Amino acid sequence: MSAFPGSPYILAGLFLLFVATTVAGAVLAVSTPRIIRSVIGLATSSIGLAGLYYFLNSPFLALMEILIYVGAVCVTIIFAIMLAEPDEPAPEGRRGRTWAGAAAMLVVSGIIFWGIARLGLTGNWTTVAIRNTDGRVERIGVELLTTYSLAFEVISIVLLVAILGALAIARVGRHREE
Amino acid sequence: MNIADLYSKPAVYLTVAALLLAIGIFGLVRRRTLVGMLISGEIIFAAAALNFMTVGHFFADAAVGQIFVLFIMGLAAAEVAIALSIVIAVYRNYHSIKTAELTELKG
Repeated sequence: MSAFPGSPYILAGLFLLFVATTVAGAVLAVSTPRIIRSVIGLATSSIGLAGLYYFLNSPFLALMEILIYVGAVCVTIIFAIMLAEPDEPAPEGRRGRTWAGAAAMLVVSGIIFWGIARLGLTGNWTTVAIRNTDGRVERIGVELLTTYSLAFEVISIVLLVAILGALAIARVGRHREE
Repeated sequence: MNIADLYSKPAVYLTVAALLLAIGIFGLVRRRTLVGMLISGEIIFAAAALNFMTVGHFFADAAVGQIFVLFIMGLAAAEVAIALSIVIAVYRNYHSIKTAELTELKG
């Protein structure tokens, strides 16, 4: 494969590192009581996911993942945390009941994971007959402006409406306070 | 299964995506603030995006999976903008973003 004999194992180690980063970041994001750490977990998970995208032969998407999630989404959430309140409230009610709820939810999400992973592992996946494996950025751009041009325009309208809606909602709240 | 070609197996990516979905649903139910629920929702989005990328790369057109993930990112960004402005508006009115206290519509 290459001149350096250990390079497949370095590649496999990198892949496992990205998988571990993704999963550990997600677990941190949902389990820590402090919301700021939860945002850090989301950012870590996004970086790991960007690595997985790189292994799926799409470096452009890997860069966009870091740019949008770590750069925009996480920073926006941090702004919201600074404007609102920083911490998860202490659980109300009896302590045993909270733990029972967490355990029940753990079982439920375990069942969801088992079912969907089983579908993915044992499913009869068929590859489409005529398959284009060219995933370069040039082709993404051409497809976006030809086959998917309607979806492209619609999503730009969605983003515009989202910005206007966000401004309108935030302004109404300010008026009511005065 | 040889560990060296683990990254060329679609089953690994699909399992990671299922795990992300389960973690996200767990967080969505267990979190008690609006921002925490929003972050869990983002993890569910990430699971869906990883699934699209995997199927696109291994079983279908390589560019289409990437385009769908780009659309998911755009929708997720719009969702975050709207959700955070709602969080700010709720905090102005209630001085709290705990979901247990937002019970005005409870009847």
